[in-house]
Amino acid sequence: MAQKPIREYDGKRLFKENWDKYFKGLNYPFESVLVKSGEELLKKAEEPGYEWLKQKPLVAKPDMLFGKRGKNDLVLFKVNKPGDVTLKDAAKWIDDKRSQKVRVYSKFEGDKPVDEGKEDYLTYFIVEPFTPHSEDEEYYIAAASLDENYDALYMSAHGGMEVEENWDKVTEVKIPIDATDEEIEKLIKENIPTDIPADKKEVYANFAVNFYKFFRDLNFAYLEINPVVIVGNDVYLLDLVARLDDTAGFLMKDKWGDIEFPTPFGMPEKSPEEKAIAEADSKSGASLKLTVLNPKGRIWTLVAGGGASVVYADTIADLAGGVEDLANYGEYSGGPTTDETRFYTETVLDLMTREKDPKGRDKILIIGGAIANFTDVAKTFTGIIQAFEKYADKMKDVGVRIYVRRGGPNYEKGLKDIKEAAERLGLPIKVFGPETHITDIVRMALEDDKKGAK
Amino acid sequence: MANELFTRDTQAIFWNNNKSAIQRMLDYDYVIQREKPSVAAIVAPTSNNKFEKFFYGTDEVMIPIYRSTAEAVKNHPNADVLLNFASFRTAYDVTNEALDMDQFRVIMITAEGIPERLARLMNKKAREKAVTIIGPATVGAIAPGAFKVANIGGTIENIVKSKLHRPGSAGLVTRSGGLFNELSNIIALNADGIAEGVAIGGDRFVGSTFIDHMLRMEKNPKIKYMILLGEVGGREEYKIIEAIKEGKITKPVIGWCIGTIAKHFSSGVQFGHAGASANAEAETAEAKNRAMKEAGIHVPDNFNDLPHVIRGVYEELKGKGIIQDIEEPVVPPMPEDYNKALAAGKIRKPRNFVCTISDDRGEEAVYAGIPISQVATPDTGYSIGDVISLLWFKKRYPKWATNFIETVIKTVADHGPAVSGAHNAKVTARAGKSVVESLVTGLLTIGPRFGGAIDGAAKYFKYAHDNGMSPKEFLAYMKKQGIPIPGIGHRIKSVRNPDKRVEGLKKYAAEYFPATPLLEYALEVEKETTSKKENLILNVDGTIGILMVDMWRALGYSEEEINEFIESGTLNAFFILGRSIGFIGHVLDEKRLGMPMYRHPWDDILYQVEKAEEIK
Repeated sequence: MAQKPIREYDGKRLFKENWDKYFKGLNYPFESVLVKSGEELLKKAEEPGYEWLKQKPLVAKPDMLFGKRGKNDLVLFKVNKPGDVTLKDAAKWIDDKRSQKVRVYSKFEGDKPVDEGKEDYLTYFIVEPFTPHSEDEEYYIAAASLDENYDALYMSAHGGMEVEENWDKVTEVKIPIDATDEEIEKLIKENIPTDIPADKKEVYANFAVNFYKFFRDLNFAYLEINPVVIVGNDVYLLDLVARLDDTAGFLMKDKWGDIEFPTPFGMPEKSPEEKAIAEADSKSGASLKLTVLNPKGRIWTLVAGGGASVVYADTIADLAGGVEDLANYGEYSGGPTTDETRFYTETVLDLMTREKDPKGRDKILIIGGAIANFTDVAKTFTGIIQAFEKYADKMKDVGVRIYVRRGGPNYEKGLKDIKEAAERLGLPIKVFGPETHITDIVRMALEDDKKGAK
Repeated sequence: MANELFTRDTQAIFWNNNKSAIQRMLDYDYVIQREKPSVAAIVAPTSNNKFEKFFYGTDEVMIPIYRSTAEAVKNHPNADVLLNFASFRTAYDVTNEALDMDQFRVIMITAEGIPERLARLMNKKAREKAVTIIGPATVGAIAPGAFKVANIGGTIENIVKSKLHRPGSAGLVTRSGGLFNELSNIIALNADGIAEGVAIGGDRFVGSTFIDHMLRMEKNPKIKYMILLGEVGGREEYKIIEAIKEGKITKPVIGWCIGTIAKHFSSGVQFGHAGASANAEAETAEAKNRAMKEAGIHVPDNFNDLPHVIRGVYEELKGKGIIQDIEEPVVPPMPEDYNKALAAGKIRKPRNFVCTISDDRGEEAVYAGIPISQVATPDTGYSIGDVISLLWFKKRYPKWATNFIETVIKTVADHGPAVSGAHNAKVTARAGKSVVESLVTGLLTIGPRFGGAIDGAAKYFKYAHDNGMSPKEFLAYMKKQGIPIPGIGHRIKSVRNPDKRVEGLKKYAAEYFPATPLLEYALEVEKETTSKKENLILNVDGTIGILMVDMWRALGYSEEEINEFIESGTLNAFFILGRSIGFIGHVLDEKRLGMPMYRHPWDDILYQVEKAEEIK
């Protein structure tokens, strides 16, 4: 639940679908396709409405939420000279680029990358017509949700790849979030960059005012077009970066359509277990979150509550001297049912018991949590106990020691039940209530290591 | 007042009838012995009730319910706190409307995931109107001994354990609600509790932040030191550092930012709340902890050491005489909730009803121990006869018996519109009454004269057979009793024109019943009666009643058990069940036809009315 980046293609689609409401009088030829392969592109060219793919010179680039595509040499706009890319060239280039992992850098000094970059496969490409234009037709415009009181609109007569280097030529206009349409118009028109040519000023100003309203009304958190090319009444959005506030999804069903929030480039795809928990989370009124940090890690956590889960992770890193041993991060909260807790626990136990620690040490399971406000501890622990029953043998095989600390409604019964169950199943367990400091079980677990537990 | 968020007189309007949260507030009121309930009114737009009852100790109090905030405000002009428990879809509208009413001093919003733009608009408007917004995405705030918002502090037992029922000396601010409880507990264990606490909420844009509350706490003489639990992400903690540097905060501050783990992971892992994501080095937990330490804030080495730091600061202030010992108030015993005590096995009570046939308390309702889904669809092999045997007799009968039961149901389902029950049902339906009303008027005619022969036949034939009467002796016995033999005789059918329904039942019994001694006896009796009159045959009612007895005998029931079935009207029940099908058919037929109200014609009634005799 936060600000989420969307694909360039989707950003442009949102412009097109809402164009007439905001940009009447201006034309935007939405000629864009999103494809995963050269073959898909060639097929697309046979569909009605996409004849331009065969008729016009093309530009192709990956559409995977990362910037600096030009500097990373990932924009195809020429074979021999700019504007000579045919459909066939584009299809071939796409297949070539997606065939192996690519390293993408996000920081450059001049043309030299200065960060370590991220490596991943390229899987999505946007293909558009090549738009011949001169550099002085390239403008810059962006809007951002700045802070609790203001949005910001950024305008410049100098768009293109070097905008960051030319940031001093960008005009920032702070717009109060509750400004009326008249105030917005006045603020923007008063601040149009002076170096925008006189004959373009009016059309740029109108575009800017409506660009901001579009940004605001569609609940963007960030929206940047660089460059935007304006020729007469024709507008070309050549490159676009956008983030939406996904909490507004319920308001934006009609305006956003079927929007996708993709996993960013270079991020490991979610594991099947993480996906299963995310799926269960989306169907539940409670909250279930799981991130596997290191599947071979030795310390696994099963923590109730968002704040508590952070505190446990912090403490493990602090007391274990790093995160090498920390296997997962996650939490369950908001009063999950017994079944949901059982499923969550089984998923964690399954991951935890797949192999023994390579150094032959015990594994540690931290069942932690703060003092709950309304979650019934006994009820959630019943789910954990059911999972124990299923995984007890495997847990014994890999050598799991369990440390429990929890408080809240019905905690006495929950703690008693889990202790009895673990003892009955022959699993080593230590159980504590609110009289013990929340993270002290982490200290105990690590000290037990030293005391000779393996 | 301006220095305190809540007092013992603070009253709230609770938006949404969240019964458990409101009950917890009233439990708290009882524990701290407030004069007035902390919830003045409830707003529930779709409620038809005028009030809701809540416990206050062992007593109950009524809290009025209104369908709009405006109405609640009008009737409770002193309630200056709004507890907005609307969902993320409506929380903005509720707040926005409330801000326009200029009655609320504090608005708490619990919903998580309000669109950021709406949250910013709402927060800005509140700031302009000097209204304190707590949240969104929070459990709220508490002023121990005065007022508690909804679920904050958890159960009443935990509240007392964490000393949240009376003011201590610390001011507490956190983001997370779960950790708020935890901190309250730590402070109770290592110091003397808190005087005021606020969980500001986990969203990126919250209405009031640490600095708003800590500047107020600075001015509150009850608060001797403050504890700040921040998070990775945002720059709110730096405002505290600045306030200390500027001398706006002079009381000792203990601080810690959670999320130090984030430094170990480059990106992508969201640790904690939506607001908890560092966009710059200065926003990391590490950097903030370091900066706080440099500004003279008491910062532990890690979270696990926080209790020691709190104890240290508390002891020091106590040593200086700034903090005095607190005289612990008497806590009235909290009556235990009935359902909770019952679940915990602490209380018992005799039940007024007993049920031995079905149970709806588990995952799925069961018929005599068998879940409905295991009997409902055809592939389960259970038919309606099986369901009847389960629910009426708590046994699963063999196929020949359940098939017989179904045969009976089908046989008695209808007998045309003219019989008294069907006629009644039709007349009632035509009077515009509902299906159930029309059906029961039909059913009410079932008794000794209509449909009752099944019962009677079973009863008398069994009695005669049990007592070894010969058919002749039986006829004589019935004559002496002055009762025509139930189950014998038909209006038109006779020996030569047999009733096909009876033929069918007899054929089925001959083929599938293990034995039919009572039927054989009845057929002997029929020989006697038909020899007197052609139409004195064993009719369909008689056959059903008698074969039911044979069925139960073959199923191994004792004679006493069968007599009990007869006495309790079980046989009649088969007729009632079967004939309901027909009655409902007639009622639906009338509804379909839309016939007008029925009035019986005069010429069909013999009027013979004489003037009433006067008794003097």
